[in-house]
Amino acid sequence: MSLATLTKPWAATSYGFLDASAKRELRRKMLKAVAVPGCQMPYASREVPMARGWGTGGLQVTLTLANPGSVIKVIDQGADDGVNAASIRRFVSSVSGAAQTWDTLDASIIQSRHRIPEEILRENQVLVLQVPDPEPLRDVESNISIARQMHADADYGKLWLTLYEQIVRKGRIMQGASYPALVNGRHVITPSPIPRWDVPKLHMSKHLTILSAGREKRIFAVPPFTRVEPLVFSDRPYLVEDHAGLTCQRSGLSGFFMNELPMDGGGSRFEVSDSNLGIKAIRRTEGEPDGIGDTWYRNGEYSA
Amino acid sequence: MSLETSSALQRAAPRLMADAPVLTMAGMSRAYGAVQALRAVDVSVYPGEVLGIVGESGSGKSTLLRMMNLEDTPDNGDYRLRLPARADRNLFELDRYERRMLRARHIGIVYQNPHLGLLMHHSSSGNVAERLLVAGERSFEVLRSKARVALDASEFPLARMDARPIELSGGMQQRVQLAKAIALEPSLLLLDEPTTGLDVSVQALVLDTLKRLQRERRITMVLVSHDLGVIRTMADRVMVMRHGAVVEQGLADQVFQDPQHPYTQQLVHAKL
Repeated sequence: MSLATLTKPWAATSYGFLDASAKRELRRKMLKAVAVPGCQMPYASREVPMARGWGTGGLQVTLTLANPGSVIKVIDQGADDGVNAASIRRFVSSVSGAAQTWDTLDASIIQSRHRIPEEILRENQVLVLQVPDPEPLRDVESNISIARQMHADADYGKLWLTLYEQIVRKGRIMQGASYPALVNGRHVITPSPIPRWDVPKLHMSKHLTILSAGREKRIFAVPPFTRVEPLVFSDRPYLVEDHAGLTCQRSGLSGFFMNELPMDGGGSRFEVSDSNLGIKAIRRTEGEPDGIGDTWYRNGEYSA
Repeated sequence: MSLETSSALQRAAPRLMADAPVLTMAGMSRAYGAVQALRAVDVSVYPGEVLGIVGESGSGKSTLLRMMNLEDTPDNGDYRLRLPARADRNLFELDRYERRMLRARHIGIVYQNPHLGLLMHHSSSGNVAERLLVAGERSFEVLRSKARVALDASEFPLARMDARPIELSGGMQQRVQLAKAIALEPSLLLLDEPTTGLDVSVQALVLDTLKRLQRERRITMVLVSHDLGVIRTMADRVMVMRHGAVVEQGLADQVFQDPQHPYTQQLVHAKL
């Protein structure tokens, strides 16, 4: 009798890189996060073949959600072709059998760093955001235990106070990315370092958003049709980045969030940050059907 | 007995005590390990009056004040505040959230140590605004103007309203604390040794401000101090505490002119 006769022949017990128990834990924590919108749920962040800080939190969620029927899109600062985005997309596809895409409309799971696509997401799409620092109170309360108590008490006075002081000192709110937002009237979240331009896209959206911080081991979610209100004073309107008047030098698009490219001589040119939207627009100029879906912003105004 | 004498004095209630009390505490007891900090203390504070609490270190006066500010819970005791549109119930039964909101809206406090009461690295106006923000004010202009009014009322120089308390003198820090405490027009203002540690001239100025506020706004105050001079200047009524119990109480003039309890006699004579 040999060992081989005593054991079953080898077969993979799981797919998607993570083992079944890790995926089960993540699923449970995602359900908890959806059940209490905006509340940070701790989870045991697993090792993935990537350094902490490169999107390990988002990757674990994507690996858990992905199956051979999924279509994966990964963006880094709006671009699909960045090294990090391309590597994550290929990795998820190779371990789970999911298809790859650059097109926002085709994707079923969109993992993103720092941007939400400009085209409106649907009910059957999931947006996974990579979060470096999930704690909105970090700057005002360095003790994480006290910060958790403050969340429990909905004690966000100090967060409001920093916004008040920004207006006092600079005449306007200086907070750019990671603008704190109140979810479902209860928990304040930092919506990962997305620009202010993207925060309104989370409000009453049709898609599910899951935000995951791998290094900090926290997961939180914005379920579909949930209120997401950036913290603003009633007499100081919420202002998004002033990109409405800019035109993309490559695709001719205007009224979307732009990347600024500094040029020799001190000038700069702009390119649309959502690179696949730019590609579609270029296709349109070449006379092909563009396939651009409805967008949250129209002519630089939020309209969805 | 001294206690009988003082209750005899209270029988003819002075003008200030004609209304129902704002604050009623009954049977407050608290032990910290082997130390009995409070022994069945009863307190009533009437609208618009200043109650002074005197006593040596360890007499339980600060513990009592912490209870009034809902920072600590007693082993036994009932605490009620008469507030408009609020059910009359023992405040120690409130949950954390209700307690915090009640403190923010209805109770103001000035600590001896400004580090306890202020966010030292935020602006002074911001410290006042934070109180309003917690209570739900969301208009920047209203926050700004209310902070200015409160700082002005506590005689804080408005040119420095956006300076951080850490950069200010001790007297100024106390004024910021006072502005924060009165910003929401609290039903009860608690003062825990507000002028201890200030030099005499600054102390006089801060007391002046407190007296003026009391005169103009009829704020109900509870003032804790070991300094009889401060109590004599400010208080309408005095409560003398020792070893966690009240040994004598009555109108300030009566207690200071005609102390009944041996401990009070000692205290008054030591001062004079």
